[in-house]
Formats: sequence, C-alpha cells, structure tokens
Amino acid sequence: MIEVNSLHKGFGEVKVLKGVSTTFHPGKTSLIIGQSGSGKTVFLKSLIGLHIPEEGTISFDGRINTQFTNEEKRQWRQEIGMVFQGSALFDSQTVEENVMFPLKMFTKQSQAKMLDRVNFVLNRVNLENSNKKLPAELSGGMQKRVAIARAIVMNPKYLFCDEPNSGLDPQTAIVIDNLIQEITDEYQITTVINTHDMNSVMEIGEKIIFLKNGKKAWEGSNNQIFKTDNEAVVDFVYSSNLFKKVREAYLNETK
Amino acid sequence: MNYLEHVGKYFMMLGEVFKKPQRFRVFYEGLLREIEELGLKSLGIIMFISFFIGGVIALQTALNLDSPLIPKSLIGFAAKRSIILEFAPTFCSIILAGKVGSYITSSIGAMRVTEQIDALEVMGINSINHLVLPKVLATVFFYPFLIALAMVLGIFGGWVSGVLSGLFTGADYIEGIQTTFDPFLITYSLIKTLVFAFLIATVPSYHGYYVKGGSIAVGKASTQSVVWTIILIVIANYFLTQMLLT
Repeated sequence: MIEVNSLHKGFGEVKVLKGVSTTFHPGKTSLIIGQSGSGKTVFLKSLIGLHIPEEGTISFDGRINTQFTNEEKRQWRQEIGMVFQGSALFDSQTVEENVMFPLKMFTKQSQAKMLDRVNFVLNRVNLENSNKKLPAELSGGMQKRVAIARAIVMNPKYLFCDEPNSGLDPQTAIVIDNLIQEITDEYQITTVINTHDMNSVMEIGEKIIFLKNGKKAWEGSNNQIFKTDNEAVVDFVYSSNLFKKVREAYLNETK
Repeated sequence: MNYLEHVGKYFMMLGEVFKKPQRFRVFYEGLLREIEELGLKSLGIIMFISFFIGGVIALQTALNLDSPLIPKSLIGFAAKRSIILEFAPTFCSIILAGKVGSYITSSIGAMRVTEQIDALEVMGINSINHLVLPKVLATVFFYPFLIALAMVLGIFGGWVSGVLSGLFTGADYIEGIQTTFDPFLITYSLIKTLVFAFLIATVPSYHGYYVKGGSIAVGKASTQSVVWTIILIVIANYFLTQMLLT
C-alpha cells in the first residue's frame, strides 16, 4: 500500500503540487487524471523518487521513502516497476537484453535462469518470438508491452505507468489497459497510472484521482465518475459529446 | 547558467563517474562495447588522416628547406618531431573530439530526452557511473594505442611522399628519423594523449547527460560539446607543453 500525505512540490516560484493526499491499494489499478499542467507527472515522479517532495510524506507499506538508508533505497528501487510514456527502452539493446537488464543488474542468477524468466514475462505480455528484435523494429504497442515486461520482470510490488496509451490506436490501447489490470490483479501489485485516456478511466479505473492546479479535486471509482456532480470532473471527463451521451445513457439506465 | 556553475556540475559528475560499478559483469560488457564504438571504429579515420598528413608534413618541410647547405636528412628529423610532438597527439585528438565527442553527446542526450536515463534511475542504477565510466576507461586505455599508430603511419606517410615525389630519398629520410631520438618525447606525447582522451570522454558526456529539451537541444549540445572539448584540448596542450617540456 502506498500512502501519500499532504504532498507539496514546486520548482522555484512555481508550486506544482499543493498538498495532495491519497492512498493506493495492492491489487487495484489507480488512475491519476487531470489537464496538462495539473501536476500529474510531477506527482508520479515524486512517487517513484525522481522528485524529492518539499513537504509531506510518501510511505510504501509503512516505510517513508525519504527516510531510507542507501541499502533500503536500493531494495525499494527493486520493488518498483515503471512504464514510461515513450516506453524508454534501451534502443541499442534487443528486446531480450532490455527485459533481462534489471535481472543482470540486481540478481546473481545464471544466464539460463534469467532467460527463462525473460521468456516467461514476454509470454505473459503476448510477445513471443521477438527476443532478438531491436525496439526500433517494433510497433508502438509492442514497445509498450516490452516496457511492461521489463517493469514486471523483477516481480515488483509497485507498478507505475506514465500515459501507457499515448500514441496507440484505441484497440491496442485497450489491450495494454487490460494487460496492466490483469497483471495488477494476478500479482497483487499496487498500480498507479497517469492517463489522459478516458477509455482507460471507464475501463480499468478502480480508483480515480482527479488533479486540478496541483490539488486533489476529486477521488472515486469509474462507477462513481458517471454519477459525480463535481463540476471540474464533469467538465474534464465529459468534454467530448460522445462521453456526454455515454454518461446520459448510464444515468438514464440507473435511474 | 554561468560558467562556474557548469564547472562545479562537471566535477560533481566526475565524483559520480568514479564510483565502483554496481555489477562488474554489466560494466565489463559496457566497456567492451565502448572500446569498439569509441576506439576500433575510429581506427580507419585516424589511419587515413595520419598517413596523408604525414606525407604533407614531409613534403612541406622538403619544399621549405631547399638550401643546398641544409642536409636532406633534416626533413625526416623535422617531420618526425612534428608528428610525434603535435600532429599525432593534438591534431588526432581534435579529430577524435569531433567524431567521438558528437557521438557521445548525442547518444547520452538521446537517452536523456527519451527517458532512458530516468528508467535507469528508477531501477536504482547510478546512471552517470553506468554510462560514463566505460567511455572514460575505453578512451583512456585505447587512445594511446591509436595515437602511437598515428605516429607510425604519419612517419611512414612522410617516407612514401618523399620516395614518390623525388624531393628526398628514403635513405635521407630514415637517417633523419634516427637522428637524436629522445624517448621522452614519446612519453610526453602519450601523457598528453591520456589527458585529451579523458576530456574527449567526459566533456561530451557532461553535455549529453544534462541536456534539456528535445532533439534540437541534443543537436545543439553535440555542437557545443565538440567546441568545448576542442577548446579544452588546446588549453590543456599549452599547459602540458609548458609543464613537461620547459
């Protein structure tokens, strides 16, 4: 479980996060939504330790990340999997080498054992027979799946995804969403996703946090987001006519 | 950002570079890859340039020493000194700063803007150490061999140019090469090479690692890194010559 308590973060004069508090639970897919510039990326980067909070705490199963010793920090890093917006695969390495990289760095397993694990996670993300391909030879969706495979190869307790669907067609986006949710459920991972994709919000948003101007403006589930009368959420989520109609239909159906 | 801040940040980066690698197996693989990328792939250009520049140095010397009172062996002597003292270590390092420096900055810079460096950091890897240390060791260990080869090929190019042009004989040239040979000149040249190799690896790495923005920023950083590496090589050359030869 990840507990965020009154998180503040700024860059010089600009205050980006202004006291965000929330909790993320194991086995649940939590989504952070909000307009561009609302602080989503800074929030996610604070969670994974790339930004140090100015105020507030983030605790991982009771351990506050800013109080870690070097050894604890190293251990904690190995419990984290991260899927970056652009996949962030090492472009000079093959798919197999990319996925094997964390194992090589942090375990003393034999080559054969590491290869078994790599093949297992590549199968899990439905990417067989791509071991020897370079990232540039893969489609956007396949690159995302390799990034997911690399993120879960160390059996992480926490999985973070920064806009995993950006640049993907709707069909592939759904495949990626479902894959993340299945993995979250299967391995009881605490998953946090930054997204702009409203399909993801409706499909896999077991918990949704809406950020506005660096503050948490709303929190709920994908069912609750249909019923909410929070103006900021309604304006953001139902900005397209299609989603307005979907919401109306849902509300009529549940009357 | 002012120059002093860059200098401070550069030295702080060096502090991270010279830490123990987290996993020697991965470090060793990286080192071999960098020796190939930064060293072996530069062999061709260095061999080609050394041979022809050596030839030009010998021809220019011959054309300027046309007095019958000056022995022809002086051509070989002057060419040898020029090649060993300046051409091989300094001129070749400037060429390598352009070729290798731009490669280092653009490869690390591209990793920065595509979040590959963030990915390393999230995994708990000291990204500076992981990316820069193999490059530093590859250049520092390999470039002395490259420069020694440049010396040999440069001197050989001078001999070939003389024989083909008829401006001096091969025997005169060889006699000049063997005249008053001071081994310290080789040592001096290799010391300079080590310093230049260090600059060629670290200055472009600094520019690439701290790049901000997108692909245009990476391009600008590449240009800047080459310019700064050359400036620092020229300054270091002056001070090393002052310290070692005077």
